[in-house]
Amino acid sequence: MSKKGRRMDAPEVLTPPAPSVASRREADAGDDAARTKRGSPAKVTAETMATKQRDISVSEFFAKNRHLLGFDNPRKALLTTVKEAVDNSLDACEEASILPDITVVIEDLQPDRAAGAKASRYRITVVDNGPGIVRKQVENVFGRLLFGSKFHRLKMSRGQQGIGISAAGMYGLITTGKPMTIQTRPSATKQAHHIELAMNTKTNRAEVTVDEETDDFPLQRLRSLSQARELGDAFLSQGDYPTGTSVTIELEAKYQRGRGSVDEFLELTAIANPHARITLVRPTRITDEEEDAPLIRKGPRAEGRGVSEAEGATGADAASGTTPADAAPPAMTQDLGSIVVFPRAVNELPPETKEIQPHPKGIELGILLQMMKDFEASDRGGTLYTFLQEKFCRVSAGTAADFCKAIGATSRTKVSDIEPAQTELLFKEFQDSKLPPPPTDCLAPIGVQQLLKGMFKGVRAEFYAASSREANVYRGRPFLIETAIAFGGELPTEDTSRVIRFANRVPLLFQQSACSSFKAVSETNWKNYDLQQPRGSVPVGPLVIMIHMASVWVPFTSESKEAIADYDEIRKEMKLALMECGRKLGTYLRKRAKMKREAERRDIFERYIGEVAQAVAAVDGSDAKKVYDALLAQAKKRTAIADLQLDDEGKKVQEEDPADQEGVIVVEPTPDELAAKTAGQTARKPSGIRTKDEDEPALMDVEPVKRLSAKGKAKRERGATKSDKDSKAGKAEKPEARGAGRAASRDDLSDIPGTKQTKAEAAALTINAAQRSGEKIEKPRLRLDPKTGKMRPADDGPKLF
Amino acid sequence: MAKRKDNTSPAITKRIKERDAKTLGKLVGLAQSVSKSALSGREPKVEIPTRTKSNTLWNKKRGILEMGDASSDRELFNLNQAKQFMQTMLHASTIKDLIEREKTSSLRGVFYKAKHTVAGTKENTFDRQEESDPILEDLEVTLGSLREELHVFAENRGSMVGNITVTDKGDDIDCRRMGSGGYAMPSIVEPDIIQFKKCEAKFVLHVEKGTVWNRFNEDRFWEEHNCILTHGAGQPPRGCRRLLQRLNQELKLPIICLLDCDPWGHYIYSVIKQGSISLAFESSRLAIPEARFLGIRAKDYDECDLGDSVKIDLTENDIKRANEIAAYPWFESNKQWQREIKGMLDNGFKMEVESLITKDISYVTEEYVPQRLKAKDWLE
Repeated sequence: MSKKGRRMDAPEVLTPPAPSVASRREADAGDDAARTKRGSPAKVTAETMATKQRDISVSEFFAKNRHLLGFDNPRKALLTTVKEAVDNSLDACEEASILPDITVVIEDLQPDRAAGAKASRYRITVVDNGPGIVRKQVENVFGRLLFGSKFHRLKMSRGQQGIGISAAGMYGLITTGKPMTIQTRPSATKQAHHIELAMNTKTNRAEVTVDEETDDFPLQRLRSLSQARELGDAFLSQGDYPTGTSVTIELEAKYQRGRGSVDEFLELTAIANPHARITLVRPTRITDEEEDAPLIRKGPRAEGRGVSEAEGATGADAASGTTPADAAPPAMTQDLGSIVVFPRAVNELPPETKEIQPHPKGIELGILLQMMKDFEASDRGGTLYTFLQEKFCRVSAGTAADFCKAIGATSRTKVSDIEPAQTELLFKEFQDSKLPPPPTDCLAPIGVQQLLKGMFKGVRAEFYAASSREANVYRGRPFLIETAIAFGGELPTEDTSRVIRFANRVPLLFQQSACSSFKAVSETNWKNYDLQQPRGSVPVGPLVIMIHMASVWVPFTSESKEAIADYDEIRKEMKLALMECGRKLGTYLRKRAKMKREAERRDIFERYIGEVAQAVAAVDGSDAKKVYDALLAQAKKRTAIADLQLDDEGKKVQEEDPADQEGVIVVEPTPDELAAKTAGQTARKPSGIRTKDEDEPALMDVEPVKRLSAKGKAKRERGATKSDKDSKAGKAEKPEARGAGRAASRDDLSDIPGTKQTKAEAAALTINAAQRSGEKIEKPRLRLDPKTGKMRPADDGPKLF
Repeated sequence: MAKRKDNTSPAITKRIKERDAKTLGKLVGLAQSVSKSALSGREPKVEIPTRTKSNTLWNKKRGILEMGDASSDRELFNLNQAKQFMQTMLHASTIKDLIEREKTSSLRGVFYKAKHTVAGTKENTFDRQEESDPILEDLEVTLGSLREELHVFAENRGSMVGNITVTDKGDDIDCRRMGSGGYAMPSIVEPDIIQFKKCEAKFVLHVEKGTVWNRFNEDRFWEEHNCILTHGAGQPPRGCRRLLQRLNQELKLPIICLLDCDPWGHYIYSVIKQGSISLAFESSRLAIPEARFLGIRAKDYDECDLGDSVKIDLTENDIKRANEIAAYPWFESNKQWQREIKGMLDNGFKMEVESLITKDISYVTEEYVPQRLKAKDWLE
C-alpha cells in the first residue's frame, strides 16, 4: 500500500457519500463545482489537466475500491466486518495476556423486509474482554485507514496493515449513514467511554459525533436480546468483561449461512484459537435462499434435536460460562439455533511473540535505501556499522564489519556517506552472505495439542492427527507450518475433503485454489495413506485438512488476505507437515482395515461352527452342544493366535497402536452409540450434550469416547523448563504441554541448518478425565460388522484399539 | 409317493444293504474324526484327495488317466476353507439321511436339501448348485465311495437303441423297440441296477449329439448294421460313459465314436477313451482305452468332396485348445492323432457331423459311416 501524498486544494470530490453533516455539505459544493467545469467544452491543456491532477486519499481510494478490502457484496461485507473486529479483539486480548472471550451479535434491523431482498440492514456488535483502548487513541484506531500497531513491525499478529476495522466502519457509514459506535473500558474500576465515530474519507480522520462516559458496558441492550435468553445472566456478564471494547457497526449486508459465512468464519476461528471462547448471536431472520453449504459439522445436532436437549446444554454451559477457567478442556461447540457457543478448549494463551528486526536477506533494495534514510534522519551521524547491527537481526559486530569492508567502507563510515552504488553492493552482499536464518521465537505455533483440541471441538470425526513443523524461512522471514487432519466420524464420505486454511490463526475463506496450502494438499500423495485422490486434486473422503501458517509476515496474494502466496519454501513445508499427518492417518486406516479383516475372519469361523456341529452330530450321534462349545473355544484361541503377528524370528510383534502415535486422537464410539446404531437410529447422539443433564458438564464423562495420545514425554522436560513464563495466565494446569509445543520453535534455526526432519511436537494430552483421575478406562468391546463395516458391541469381539 | 416294490433280485438287494452299511460306516468315521478332534482340542480337518491336473497321472500301460496319491487338508479354521468344510459336513449329513431312508436324490435335490441360511445370518449354506456338486465329488473321493453308493444321481442324459435287451431294476427293456426316443440312459448303471440280458449287436456307434442320433435311428442304422446306437448329449455324463464301458468290457463290443471335427469333439473322444481329470478316480470304471474315432476327419473335406458351406472357422481359442490336446501325453505319442489335429489346424476350419447333410440327408448313414466301417478307417 502506498503512502499518503500531499493534498491539494482542488475541490473536486471523487467519492460520493461523505460522512458527517458538515463534510457532506462540502462535498455537495464540490460536486457542483465539478459539474460546472465539465459542462464547459473548454479545450484541454496541460494547465487544465493539472487542475484535475490531485492527490487521492487512501480512504477515498478504498471507498471506491471496496472489493479490495473484502466488501464486494453484502454477504461478504458482513463477514469482513465481523472478521476484522474479531481479529482485532483476539490480538488485543492476547497482547494483554487475557484469555479472549468474544461475543458477536448480529441484529436484524429490517426483520420485515421482503423475502427476496438482496441485502438488509444489520447491526453488528463485537464485544471482547480485552484491555480496552485509551480514549485518545480511539479515533486513530477506528477512524483511520492504515493506522495500526502492526504494520511497521515484524511480529506475528492477525492484522497487519491496519485497514480492517476502519474500512468496515467506513463501509457502514457509506451504506447506512450511521457512524460506528465504540465502547471501551480500559480499566475495570472506571467508567467506559462511549464514542461515535464518522470517518472523513478525505482527511482520513475520524470525526467524533458523540463522546460520553457510561456504565453501560457490555451493552444492556444486547443482554436483553431474545436470542440470548437461553444463556441467561452468563451472556455478556460484566464479570466476564471487566475491561474490553465493543464495536458496533450498522451496515447493508446479508446474513446467510454456509460457505464463506460468519458462521463458518467463527467456527474456523474457534478451531485455530482453542483458547478463545466465542459466542455468536444470529439474527432473528436468516436469508436462506441458497442451500446451506455443508459446514464442517452441521450434523444431526444442528438440525435441532429437540428443545429439551438444547436447554439442558444451555444450563450447563451457563455454569461453565461464569467460570471459564473451569470449562472442561475437550469442549464441543454447541449450536443452539439462535446462538452458537464455541467454548474454550484450552486455558493457556498462545506464547507471547517477539518483534524482530528484518533479516538482511529478507529486504529489498528500495527498503534498504529507505531504512538508511530513516536511520540517517533519526540518528544523524550514525555509522553504517551500528546501522547494520541495530536495524537487522542476525548481524553481529563481526558480520557488520565484514559487510562494511566488502563495500569499501570502514566501521566508522557514516550512513550518510554511503554512495548509492555502495548501497547496491551492500544489498548484493546481503544476498550472498552466509547468515544464520532469522530467530524464530517471534512465531507462536498453535501447538499440536491445541490443534487437536481445536479440531476435536469443531469437527466430529473419529480420528485426529496434528503436526507442527519447526520454523523455516522464506525471503528472510521466518514462518512455521502446522497441519491437522480429522477423519471419519460424521464427515461426509463421498465428498472431496475439506481444506481449512489459516494464516496467523485467522481463517482464510476465499480463493482456496489460489492458495499455496491448497496446492500443497493437492500435491501430497494421499494414496500413500490409503485415501482416494483424483489426479492433481484434493483427496476424497471423510477428511478435514487444516493448514496453518504462522509468520511475522504472511505473504498474501492480495489485500483482502484470502490466499497465501505460493512460495516454494512454504509449499514444501506444508507438504512435509501434511505427510506427517498423513502417515498417522495411514497407520490408523491400515489398522482399522486389519481389524475389519480380523473381525471378519472370526465372524466366519463362528458363523459356520454351529452348522458344522449340527451336521457332525447328525452323522455320528455326538452331542452337538459339546462339539459346538469345543469348536467355539478353538475358534477363539485360533483367532487370538492369528492376531499375533510374528516377526521374522518368530517372536511376537508388538503392534503399533495408532492411538499411541504422537499428536493423535482416536475416538471410539460409546456402547450407547453403538446400540443406537444397531437399533437403526440414524441420529448419533452428540455426546457432548448428552451428559449435560448430569450434575457436571464434564464432557469427558462419556469417557470411552476418546483416548488421547500420551506420548511425547521425552519432550516434556525440555518444554517445561522453557515454559515458565508461558504460564503467566496462571490457569495453565499443564504448562509443559504447551511448552513442548513451543520448544522447537524457540530453537534457533541455526542449530538445524537445512532442517529436513522434524518431530511432531506432541506432548501429553491431558484431556482425558479418566486418565486425570488415575482411573483406567474400560474400553468398549467392539466388533466390526463385516457387512456394514460398522462397529457393533460384542462380548467376545476384538477390541478396537 | 409310496415306495414302489421293485423287481430287484433278493441277492442284489442284500448286496445293496451291505454296501450301504459300509458307506454309512465311512460317513460316521468321517464325522467322528471331526467331533473327536473338536472335543480333544485339535483342529478339525478332512483329508481330501486332490482332483486337479497335477494329481492326475497318465497310466500308459492301462491307457487311462488315474488319480495320484496327493491329497490336501480341508480345515475348519482356515478362512478359505471354512465354508467348504461346513458344506462337506452338511452333505455328509444329507447323504447319511438318504442312505438310512433308502432313497436316492438328484444332485440338485441334494443341493436343496443342504441349502438353508446359516443360523443367525443371511448367508446361504449353498448359493448355487455349482457349489454343491464339487463338494459331493470331494465326498466321493474322500470316502472312496462312488456316487451311487452315496445315493446320489445326476440327470438322465443320453439315449440308447439297438439290438440289446437290458434289465433295469428288474424291468426288461428291449432297446429294439424304443420308438423314436430311445432308452434314456440312467445316471447310475451299475450291475446291481442294470444287467445285460440279450445282445446281438456287434459294436456300439456312439454319436455326439441327439440330432445326429435321431438321423441314425430314423434310418434304422442299428438294424441294418446290427449295432447299438448311443449319444451322450455332448460331453457324455458318467452314466453314459459307464454303460459304454460295461458294453465294451462285459460284452466285448467295440465302441466307435462319430464326433465333430473340432477340439471339443476330440476332447470328448479323449474323455471317453482315457477318462477325465476331475473324475480320474473313476477312470477304471469309465475309461474305454479301445474306443475308436471314426470321424469327422480333417481329410473329409477333400475326400467326401464337401462344399464350403461346411466350414466353420477355427477361433483363436480353438487353436489354443487343439494344441493343448495335441500335447496330452496320450496323444503326444500318437502319430495318427498328431496328423489329425495338424490336419484340422492346416484346414483352418471345423466341421460338424451334421454338415454331411450337404451331400444328402442320409449321406452319413448310408455312405459315410458304412464306408468307413468297412474300410476300418478310424483313429485309435
